Amino acid sequence: MLNENPNKPLLETIELRKLFKLKGGSNLHAVDGINMKIYAGKTLGVVGESGCGKSTLGRTILKLLEPTSGQILFEGNDITNYSISKMRPVRKDMQIIFQDPYSCIDPRKSVIEIISEYMFIHKLYKSRVETFNKAAGLMDMVGLARRYANSYPHELDGGRRQRIGIARALSLNPKFIVCDEPVSALDVSVQAQNLNLLMDIQDELGLAYMFVTHDLSVVKHISDDIMVMYLGKCVERATSDELFANPQHPYTKALLAAIPKPDIRMRNKEFQLIKGEVSSPVNVKPGCRFASRCDYAVPECSQRDPDFVETSPEHFVACYIVNGR
Amino acid sequence: MAHTETQNILEIRDLKVIYKTDLEVVEAVNGLDLTIGKGKTLGLVGETGAGKTTTALSILKLLPSITGRILQGEIYFDGEDIIKKSENDMQSIRGNRISMVFQDPMTSLNPVLTVGDQIAEAVQLHNPDMSKEQIKERVAATLNMVGIMPSRSGDYPHQFSGGMKQRVVIAMALSCEPELLIADEPTTALDVTIQAQVLTMIRELRDRLGTSMLMITHDLGIVAQTCDDVAVMYSGIIIEAGTAEDIFLGDKHHPYTVGLFNSIPNLDVKSERLSPITGLMPDPTNLPMGCVFAPRCEHRMEVCLEARPGVYEEGTHKIRCYLFSEAPGNSKAGVNLNAE
Amino acid sequence: MNPQKYESTTVDSFKRPSQTKEIWRRFSKSKGAVIGFVLFSIIAIMLLAADFIIPYEAAIKQDFSQQLAAPSWEHFFGTDGYGRDAFARLLHGGRTSLSIALLATFSSAVLGSALGAISGYFGGKVDSFIMRSLDIFMSVPDILFTMAVVYALGANFTNLLFALTLAYFTNYVRLVRSQVLNLAEQDYVEAARAGGSGSARIILSHIIPNAVGVIIVNTTLNVAKIILYESTLSFLGLGMPPPQPEWGLMLSEAREFMRTAPWLMFFPSAAIVITAASINLMGDGLRDALDPHLKS
Repeated sequence: MLNENPNKPLLETIELRKLFKLKGGSNLHAVDGINMKIYAGKTLGVVGESGCGKSTLGRTILKLLEPTSGQILFEGNDITNYSISKMRPVRKDMQIIFQDPYSCIDPRKSVIEIISEYMFIHKLYKSRVETFNKAAGLMDMVGLARRYANSYPHELDGGRRQRIGIARALSLNPKFIVCDEPVSALDVSVQAQNLNLLMDIQDELGLAYMFVTHDLSVVKHISDDIMVMYLGKCVERATSDELFANPQHPYTKALLAAIPKPDIRMRNKEFQLIKGEVSSPVNVKPGCRFASRCDYAVPECSQRDPDFVETSPEHFVACYIVNGR
Repeated sequence: MAHTETQNILEIRDLKVIYKTDLEVVEAVNGLDLTIGKGKTLGLVGETGAGKTTTALSILKLLPSITGRILQGEIYFDGEDIIKKSENDMQSIRGNRISMVFQDPMTSLNPVLTVGDQIAEAVQLHNPDMSKEQIKERVAATLNMVGIMPSRSGDYPHQFSGGMKQRVVIAMALSCEPELLIADEPTTALDVTIQAQVLTMIRELRDRLGTSMLMITHDLGIVAQTCDDVAVMYSGIIIEAGTAEDIFLGDKHHPYTVGLFNSIPNLDVKSERLSPITGLMPDPTNLPMGCVFAPRCEHRMEVCLEARPGVYEEGTHKIRCYLFSEAPGNSKAGVNLNAE
Repeated sequence: MNPQKYESTTVDSFKRPSQTKEIWRRFSKSKGAVIGFVLFSIIAIMLLAADFIIPYEAAIKQDFSQQLAAPSWEHFFGTDGYGRDAFARLLHGGRTSLSIALLATFSSAVLGSALGAISGYFGGKVDSFIMRSLDIFMSVPDILFTMAVVYALGANFTNLLFALTLAYFTNYVRLVRSQVLNLAEQDYVEAARAGGSGSARIILSHIIPNAVGVIIVNTTLNVAKIILYESTLSFLGLGMPPPQPEWGLMLSEAREFMRTAPWLMFFPSAAIVITAASINLMGDGLRDALDPHLKS
């Protein structure tokens, strides 16, 4: 698995944009110029609140949505304009795990059929029996008891359904998986079980993850690097430890401050609130998109998009106040 | 047994609630004891299926009429047992003396009525002699209180964002200045920065109006920031309760509480692996004999499987666990309705 | 990580109890469904065995001496205005009526569902084209349309089938389309695409099976309607050419004799009602049986 040059990214995006055309001609800037690199065996956490575009980003990278502009490079190949048929073999290497355990699997198929589906599509094994046996092996790997093989989704709880989705994603031996909020819909104790599973699998198979979530404590736990998104743009990127120790962008700081910590000694400290609501991603105006809510904003912030600058090794911030440009 | 002037706005004693269908009996609440002091906020913590929402609905007697039954217990609201009250009496309490805020603001508001009309409806229902002018003023004041411009009272719910909708819902709940506010996961569906705004607002309002609150949540962070007292619920009973200091700073805890704390990725310390609690909550149609948590507990002893543990008390801190208490409490968890 | 060790499983363990047995087991749990099935089977058997029960000639042999006879041992359901045995006409006519109705129902369901699924799944221009064509199509009243077809092509089994299919397929298009619009949003559809599945496979394997409940219910409702519609056509003289018996035709012929020989209306009506009801009962049971959501 680790036969790639560790210095070359497994997946890279260059100025990736995804715009949705709305009725009436306006554009929804879901993903607006994202540059990122993901390395084999590593996890990139993508954090942001609703409307920031993180889910759209995940789907666009996998070409489940057609990119509007920019490039996607997978193992050095430019897959941006690959047709459906050209993408097919590539799909074996890049997979996705969904958020909602209730809608991510077909309610009319049994567990073993769901996990085997991809293998049938790609005709990986000669016989049905062989395929089902491989699927059973995957069940073992994700900790699903084999007695569930012939069960239907509605007979299982959320945590187990998520595991079915994970087993399915692993069935083609991918190198890279987009995890789209895979534990957000689960109870706290089940979240922990599934997170451990994802990390164990990563260690064992050398997978790269793009872990999309709104939950900062979860992302810290599982990521090597973290990217903070706001309204389609990346506002800060750093290693996990560095981001939490030394957040620089006002939005990142606000996000961290907003989390209620399970520590009552901090109780009477006021939450440092960001005023207002997230502005609309439709027909955005030039300038920093966070400016209207930022306590530190100056007039220049609303005039030009701030540059994405490396303020310390491997730590990038897009903020006029921080960088002066 | 009538209670006179009391310190507690709400006292629940040995509440048992089931949902009965043709196929099965779901034991949702199994001998619950709960107390909320006047002006205090109690955090009711637990995961999905613990019975928190059922408890809240029971307080307001809003259980589904065909399937939900309160089998036994007493719910004292300001000294009076409301289980015994008639539907008419309950209607004058709901929205007026006890209000509830639900989790999903998307479905709590009627999409075809303006926000102003919906708040006015609540006000008018409990203040039949108010004039139109007075009602309008009250609506404006309520909107102001939650940080929404009164000029928006003519807007429809879809014109508001999620966070603003939840504020409207809270405004409606507080419009009649209730003595008790029940908030069922009020911020779970919101972004974390919006959640911070809404929680701050709830805190301010609660302080200003002196409202007592039952805050139902699974998030220990929210509990730490907003609650005076805490009760941890598992499979229909309270397994640990106390002040926030007892729960967060105390040295003795129920194994489930310990497991809950360990399941949360800690923002300050990065550990290699989390220590989740193995297994799942028991099936409420088939509860185990003895302690409900025993099947998953790593400290399980023989006695744990036989009878439900009694309560160990240390000041305000109560724990229902054989690790601390000697005597068994009530007999088998749950009532066997299917006995021959 | 320690994947738990399980006893090695053999191939057999992946075979679910055969699909049909499972479905039948769930089906037989519903009393209504079973009653419907039994009734329908009786009717179907009688109709299929019509030739053995009473010969076809009895259905068309005219005998004016026996006109409008009341039910008796000789003529179970009496005789009609031409002296023809009503029981024989009912049995032989039932074959025609029912087979046209069932075939027409089936073909209209297939045609309508296919169009609805394509329209809903692909959306965009395909959807617009199909829906607008449908609007134009539906603006012509059914009867006129059917009349036009039958006049143009002649009245025989195939043409009648064709006309009925065209009259009823529109029912399904809108219904299936709205189901599909909903289903296409589900994550498992996106998951299938992420696995490299093509559109045809997704529609056949994921979308149709999840929409089948709606289709079945609609289909069973339609059988009764088609039987009745067919009798309307017979009434208008657009049905199978005489002397071929048909339930609808029998009904329209019996109108004249409503006062004098009411049994002539009663038996065909009862036949239509019982057949339609039994199909409806079966349909509900079948829909529930195909739905894995119901707890066993």
